Amino acid sequence: MQNLVLATPLVCLLAALVAGFFGRAIGRVNTHRVAIAGVAVSFLLSLLVYIDVMGGSSFNGTVYTWATSGGASFQVGFLIDELSATMMAVVTFVSLMVHIYTIGYMAEDSGYQRFFSYISLFTFAMLMLVMSNNFVQLFFGWEAVGVISYLLIGFWYKRESAIFANLKAFLVNRVGDFGFLLGIAGVLHLFGTLDYAPVFASAPDKAGLLISGWHQWEWLTVICLLLFVGAMGKSAQVPLHVWLPDSMEGPTPISALIHAATMVTAGIFMVARMSPLFEFSETALTVVLVIGAITAFAMGLVGIVQNDIKRVVAYSTLSQLGYMTVALGASAYASGIFHLGTHAFFKALLFLGAGSVIIAMHHEQDMRKMGGLRRYMPITYITMVLGSLALAGIPPFAGFFSKDAIIAAVHNSTLAGSGFAYVAVSLAVFITAIYSFRLLFMTFHGETRMDDSVRSHLKESPWVVTLPLVILAVMSVISGALFMGPMLFGNYFGDAILVLPQHDVLAKLYQDLHHATGIDLRWGMFTHAIQTPTFWLAVAGVITAWYLYLYRPELPEKIKSRFEWAYTILDNKYGFDQFNQRVFAGGARNLGGWLWRVSDMRVIDGFVINGTAQTIGWLSGVVRNIQSGFVYHYAFAMIIGLVVLMTLFVF
Amino acid sequence: MIPLTHYLILGAILFAIGIVGIFLNRKNVVILLMSIELMLLSVNINFLAFSHYLGDPGGQVFVFFILTVAAAEAAIGLAILIALFRNRRTINVDDLDILKG
Amino acid sequence: MNIDLNIAAALPEMILATMACLILLIDAFYGNRYRQLTCWTSIATLLLVALLAASDISTQSDVAFGGMYFDDPLGNLLKAAIFLSTAVVFLYSREYLEQRDIQSGEFYVLGLFGALGMSIMASAGNFLTIYLGLELLALSLYALVAFNRKSDRSTEAAMKYFVLGAIASGILLYGLSILYGLTGTLDITGVSTALANSEVNNQAITLALVFIVVSLAFKLGAVPFHMWLPDVYQGSPTATTLYLGSAPKLAAFAMIMRLLVGGLENFHSSWQEMLVILAILSMGAGNLIAIAQTNIKRMLAYSTISHMGFFLLGILSATETGYSASLFYVMVYSVMALGTFGMILLFSRRGFEAEELSDFKGLGQHHPWYAFLMLLLMFSMAGVPPTVGFYAKLSVIRSVLQVELVWVAVVAVLFAVVGAFYYLRVIKLVYFDHAEGEALIVESPVANKVMLSINVLALIVVLPWMGEIISFCTEVITSLAG
Repeated sequence: MQNLVLATPLVCLLAALVAGFFGRAIGRVNTHRVAIAGVAVSFLLSLLVYIDVMGGSSFNGTVYTWATSGGASFQVGFLIDELSATMMAVVTFVSLMVHIYTIGYMAEDSGYQRFFSYISLFTFAMLMLVMSNNFVQLFFGWEAVGVISYLLIGFWYKRESAIFANLKAFLVNRVGDFGFLLGIAGVLHLFGTLDYAPVFASAPDKAGLLISGWHQWEWLTVICLLLFVGAMGKSAQVPLHVWLPDSMEGPTPISALIHAATMVTAGIFMVARMSPLFEFSETALTVVLVIGAITAFAMGLVGIVQNDIKRVVAYSTLSQLGYMTVALGASAYASGIFHLGTHAFFKALLFLGAGSVIIAMHHEQDMRKMGGLRRYMPITYITMVLGSLALAGIPPFAGFFSKDAIIAAVHNSTLAGSGFAYVAVSLAVFITAIYSFRLLFMTFHGETRMDDSVRSHLKESPWVVTLPLVILAVMSVISGALFMGPMLFGNYFGDAILVLPQHDVLAKLYQDLHHATGIDLRWGMFTHAIQTPTFWLAVAGVITAWYLYLYRPELPEKIKSRFEWAYTILDNKYGFDQFNQRVFAGGARNLGGWLWRVSDMRVIDGFVINGTAQTIGWLSGVVRNIQSGFVYHYAFAMIIGLVVLMTLFVF
Repeated sequence: MIPLTHYLILGAILFAIGIVGIFLNRKNVVILLMSIELMLLSVNINFLAFSHYLGDPGGQVFVFFILTVAAAEAAIGLAILIALFRNRRTINVDDLDILKG
Repeated sequence: MNIDLNIAAALPEMILATMACLILLIDAFYGNRYRQLTCWTSIATLLLVALLAASDISTQSDVAFGGMYFDDPLGNLLKAAIFLSTAVVFLYSREYLEQRDIQSGEFYVLGLFGALGMSIMASAGNFLTIYLGLELLALSLYALVAFNRKSDRSTEAAMKYFVLGAIASGILLYGLSILYGLTGTLDITGVSTALANSEVNNQAITLALVFIVVSLAFKLGAVPFHMWLPDVYQGSPTATTLYLGSAPKLAAFAMIMRLLVGGLENFHSSWQEMLVILAILSMGAGNLIAIAQTNIKRMLAYSTISHMGFFLLGILSATETGYSASLFYVMVYSVMALGTFGMILLFSRRGFEAEELSDFKGLGQHHPWYAFLMLLLMFSMAGVPPTVGFYAKLSVIRSVLQVELVWVAVVAVLFAVVGAFYYLRVIKLVYFDHAEGEALIVESPVANKVMLSINVLALIVVLPWMGEIISFCTEVITSLAG
């Protein structure tokens, strides 16, 4: 099995290297052949691994020891269990779809080979992240996917806005990574090792251990919170979410692959992987729960007022990531990962569908200039309908099972804040249905609002674009019903995820469902849903969207003018950007400017727009005056040093 | 017999005079060289005194080496001094301040 | 007393001493006729003794000359490194010296004597040998700093270095004399046993310790005993700066290991606190003042000061892990110093010194390869992963964490971040600015270019063997003699 798991990421790396270094030499067609072949092989290998793991085998071992020093060792190692095998299959599958789709989407771009190289490399890095058996490699994968994500957000580097978005993503993620790194440092300090297995094994012994001299804080709580800060950065949770909507500046396949299906779920994956740590800290779980609930609700609301088709999907991604986070906080890790999987399918589908629309509209992304497209692009339309149904959580599509399980799990949770979280995620269902169907109606229904020149060229996208759509649509429809039973209630994850008995909300849900029907869990889920508000909220959302955007399209304008204040808040995305811009960036700039004026600093002019750097530069100019050039001053400094040391230590 | 401490105090005083001479003198570089010599000699007094009272000849051997090295050091110091004088036409300590900051 | 001479242990030093004298004569008689002869014989000699020292690394510890000389893995490793880096210094300097019509013969001879002094320090087992090695190095260095004797700056720097260096050796001797008086022996092992067994006056030992630490701090250039360092780095001919910046740091490490660890380890709690103060001041002042510099040699001098602060972190943790982290750090540092000053030498030519930071503007456009090497060097100096510099910083910081000096580690990380600023500024100049006036020209011979590339690439190529290197350092430290 070792060779199998080793080959899976390496094939992608190889493809990336060939595409990157020899892309120009072997031409466009050969480049995409190589890249797609690489990812396809990787996908098949992942399936083999998956089948193997489901058959009961698992793998945990070191492939290569890089350095050992002072008790801690740095290794490349793989932990292949149910969790990582699932992630591998999802990642390589979505990546394969995106690779195929890219042929059509990037057909006219001059950076074609570069693009393939990046996405293959991304797949490699993501695989390394999910397959890791230690924190160091996890961090490596974490940073590597981050770097590639920045590269891809700024892929069209001649666009001012792309460069800005890319910088923003970089800075915001640095904040998260800082927490993550501190968390890893904490793990090393507390456990003395960075391998998962021994850390998880000794976690129960360390539960409740207080940080010496800092009496209210437990070690595990602090570590988990720090790790979660990292997850907040990567998985775009409030308030570190600001980079994700802007990342839509990147090409659409990237939005689908990285900023919806895979990379942004790394934080979710990481927390699920760390379940043996998080389980022992209720404080950390509560924070996770509340942050997730806020994200799910607040970001969904913003999605309603967006007009850029990609941004609507982006905010919906934020909201859905919030759902996953809520699931983690409620200890329903399995349902979090389940939602991660189904979400990967339908969100990739929605993004790629949006991309298909954007191709047809000649890179117009404003939904107000669309409408009535279903006549021109039937395949895109139908697949998008299926995707939206899945996203809105209408049975029996995939999203229904995964999302309803999360909501039911939160309902069963006894943590502080679970009441709030339950209300927030329930309302978010209504919002989700509104924005997803608003998108559908504004784009594909109603009258056509585009120019005649655009309309005359409207046509369905080529097969390389629609094929992934169809495949993803099939998965969006069936994956929920297919995997729900084993993933949520069976012993699917085995030992990969630890849930303490007092936190086991899914087991409670299982009992409820079992009692209700006694036979089929899927049917049980459905009957459970119609007895709770969630299902009705989803249906109400769809109807509201229909009423507002199809039946009486003039109404939204009226509501908007009536509730101007609310609209402004949402349109400004609660002012996070402005706040950051003014307080962090602006404050630093003003401080810097002031220091600039009071001190002479030609030396470091204009290099960093950062106030701290300038303070230090100024200080530096002052301190260097001590070095007067006179040898008796130098001798004097030495003697003073000698005398000070003597008085400190001898007397 | 003069007790050991007297020698040590003498050594310490001479050492201090040598050091103070270096940073109080702002005129002539030659005085710096003399101060350095004084420091080394005061250390020699220490070594000799200890060697005598411990009855161990090692300290006295050390003193011979220090004297030799001090001579070599003085030679190099004077050579640098001459090179300096040729370039600057001055051996004023206060003028040695091209390099600073 | 049965004195075991065991002369063969000091074979490298003896060959080096003989050859240095011979080369002096060769230069005097044939130096004008065969211009490069002195240089190449010197390099050959150094390579030979480096080989001898290296072949001896794995053998077990031994003493020679009645305990005055240690023949142990640490000494041999440091010697091999010292000889090799001196050889590289000679190679880089050859062209520079010729272009400036400096009588180059003496440069090599003085360099060889300096190397001899350093190797004696690396193996010293007695206060006397330490002192002699130290002075042999110091006297050679004074002369080397003043080497360009027609230059104002060179002589001024030499004068300052000389005066302050003499004070430092006076302070060292004073400390040693007190230690001698307290223990009755000049032998490092003897001192160590005497301190462990009898009841000695703690206060007096601490007094001696302060003097010794101060003189060591001077050698390293730790704040506040660093004042000589920027002036000397800037004032010396760049060839001397290169020499000064690399091998003597290894020798200083040897001296610390022999004196503080070998002789005074029982008092480590005292010197640990002193070194904490010195390390923090050095990291702080070095990194801070470097930012305001416009002269690259001077900037690198302050960077050296801060590096020595980091280097001290390993020593002050007073554990074997700490010592080996410092050993690793100082070796990495000397490779980086060779690379950076080698880079300055590469771009200097007749009538032009590439000394100002602004000279490096636009390097990326005209010499992409050297710009890339510069990038690697600066990343490594700043401690950016995955360069070796990062692992060096990581290992010393981890060693202080191990002894629970968390605040020191935090301060160190903070200053590392401050330090990254001015290294990155160099990269900014190299890649994002346009050259003022004419672009830099490389006139150096091919051998220099190749050697420089190897030297710098080593900072990243050795990564796969990082584990082996670090565990090798640990091994060397554990088998310390005495």
